[in-house]
Amino acid sequence: MAVSTTGSKILNNVEAVRETLYEAMKNDDRTVILGEDVGARGNVFLITKDFINEFGAQRVIDTPIAEASIVGIAVGMAMEGLRPIAEIQFADFIYPAFNQIVGEAAKTRYRSNGEYTCPLVIRTPYGGGVRGALSHSVSIEALFYHVPGLKIVAPAFPADIKGLLNAAIDDPDPVLFLEHKKTYRLIKGEVPEGHYTIPLGKADVKKAGTQLTVVSYGLYVHWALDAAKQLEAEGLSVEVIDLRSIRPMDRTTILQSVEKTRKLLIIHEDNKFGGIGAEISAMVAEEALFSLDAPIRRLCAPDVPAMGYAEPLEHEYMSSPAKMAEAMREMVKF
Amino acid sequence: MATKGKAPAKAPFERHGLTDEQLVEILRIMLMHRTLEARGFQLNRQGKIPFASAGEGHEGVQAGAALAFKRGSDVLVPYYRDLGLDLGIGLTPYEVLLSLFARKADHSGGRQFPHHYASKRLGLHSISSVLAAQVPHAVGAAYAMKYRNESGRAVLVTFGEGSTSEGEWHEGMNFAAVHKLPIVFLCENNEWAISTPADKQMANPNVADRAVGYGMPGVVVNGFDPIAVYAAVKEAMERARSGGGPTLVEAKCYRFLAHTTDDDDRTYRSREEVERRRQDDPVPNFERLLVEQGVLSPEGLESLKRSVLAEANDATDRAEAMPYPAPEDLYTHVYADSYQPWR
Ligand SMILES: Cc1ncc(C[n+]2csc(CCOP(=O)(O)OP(=O)(O)O)c2C)c(N)n1
Repeated sequence: MAVSTTGSKILNNVEAVRETLYEAMKNDDRTVILGEDVGARGNVFLITKDFINEFGAQRVIDTPIAEASIVGIAVGMAMEGLRPIAEIQFADFIYPAFNQIVGEAAKTRYRSNGEYTCPLVIRTPYGGGVRGALSHSVSIEALFYHVPGLKIVAPAFPADIKGLLNAAIDDPDPVLFLEHKKTYRLIKGEVPEGHYTIPLGKADVKKAGTQLTVVSYGLYVHWALDAAKQLEAEGLSVEVIDLRSIRPMDRTTILQSVEKTRKLLIIHEDNKFGGIGAEISAMVAEEALFSLDAPIRRLCAPDVPAMGYAEPLEHEYMSSPAKMAEAMREMVKF
Repeated sequence: MATKGKAPAKAPFERHGLTDEQLVEILRIMLMHRTLEARGFQLNRQGKIPFASAGEGHEGVQAGAALAFKRGSDVLVPYYRDLGLDLGIGLTPYEVLLSLFARKADHSGGRQFPHHYASKRLGLHSISSVLAAQVPHAVGAAYAMKYRNESGRAVLVTFGEGSTSEGEWHEGMNFAAVHKLPIVFLCENNEWAISTPADKQMANPNVADRAVGYGMPGVVVNGFDPIAVYAAVKEAMERARSGGGPTLVEAKCYRFLAHTTDDDDRTYRSREEVERRRQDDPVPNFERLLVEQGVLSPEGLESLKRSVLAEANDATDRAEAMPYPAPEDLYTHVYADSYQPWR
């Protein structure tokens, strides 16, 4: 972590995003924020509240409800020298922008042989467990992580949010920045003051352990840590890795951990088929199969289109610290 | 070369302030456009290149519009059929041939289909082949100009009439109008989108009629008349540059050839239709006009044609002799930092 700090303070995840965006707006007038309701209302989660008063409507742009062009216009701004931060109000509404993200932003540098670049951050709240029903709960990372040219970040802790969002804003290439909305006010933590960055593509071992490697990201990192602490009390030692960046992915940290613990459990909120866990398990199978003492296991959402609104449907879809602890126990004892 | 003819002008014509030199430059671009596209088709038939597209019928639109573009300050966000426009803002025939041959020195390093250029020096944006995807980019670029108070600059973005059915086209038009951005939307309506006629894209006879729905002016212009196109685009660009907001200009033209070397247009339109429209071919018509009006002598025209062909031949030879990208070049420019491909 590159730090130049004077102290720290306790922030929740929403405040960490807000503070980082605020600093970015203050420090660089090439930075503009565009999205639905980011101006007068200050974003539906109040992340950009009052920004418009301080930075003006030219820099805090309330766009028409048109996601393809929120991203597409940001791509054009980035190609022409601005540093746009585009917001998709909820990840569930990012699909109309798929073409602009995958077909345009991710390929600008490549297709122009480096002549034009696309330094762009696309922020969006994702994830469930908030009674958000079909269209305010989805995880979208698997739909995008297939794409070279794009970077994808999904931090879980306020300090990581600040460091990684700063890195994303500084990055010369497009970054999809995913914020788990259930963690927004739930998760608090110490955040260093001053400007610092955390390199994109570096995972973080949030809890060291010896008998099992758990890889997760987003809300489930917190639940996995709760579960791992339960197991600690039972005398079982689990290592929990927060992926933080989904692309580039930190194969080194994962492989080093697996070489040590010899067992791998991947936990994510998104469904299993073709999910992030599929790539991690394939990579570990290719690189470290003979270090493994147990089959790789993935604990993921069921293979259904979405979590339901009704409480039992959401509950069935989501995992829990208890379910995670159970899977960890089985793996350690395997 | 002689630009002054001896024959007296037959009838007065509206030259919209264009000098003889500018009129001849328009013709030169039109001739080069046509010559290089014919070259693409020849090279394809010779098996030297896998693919070519053509804008025969668009020469007037593009050469006229290009003259309304301010080099060194405006930005062009074109589409794939804009070879003439690209040439008209300063792209060289050699660069065109590098693109046709997919050589390493091509703007895209041989990655893209022909005529997908990218040059900051020329103000020429990088595009994909995805229809209308460039429209929001152009709008974003215009926003950047306005945001930085760069009055005197504007963006010119182009597309076919088929592309105006795309949502991203609509979204771009709408945003540009809301923010009164310095941009001109130029539709090159050639009546066909591959095999789909314009009346299956929209119920309106004119793309330009849509402008009112966004709150911007819309004008229709004869795309076979480069001077008329120049005048319409110039007026719109000047409005954009001076803070007057966006304009939609629709230039009516026709696509004389198949969509690309991979298309056979006999499967969907009659030879009679194509022959009939050929009578309005802007290239011989504009040649005739300049000679009749005494802007160019017959000898001057012949020498112009010879110099265009010589330049095209020279560009072909030089580009063909250049190397392909190396296999390792597949791995560059994925990200700014040196990319370690996922193994
Ligand atoms: C988004 C998208 N859909 C489909 C295509 C395939 N396609 C290539 S050109 C074309 C027709 C385009 O027509 P128009 O916009 O009128 O331009 P023209 O080619 O006639 O100049 C189509 C359908 C594409 N390139 N992009």
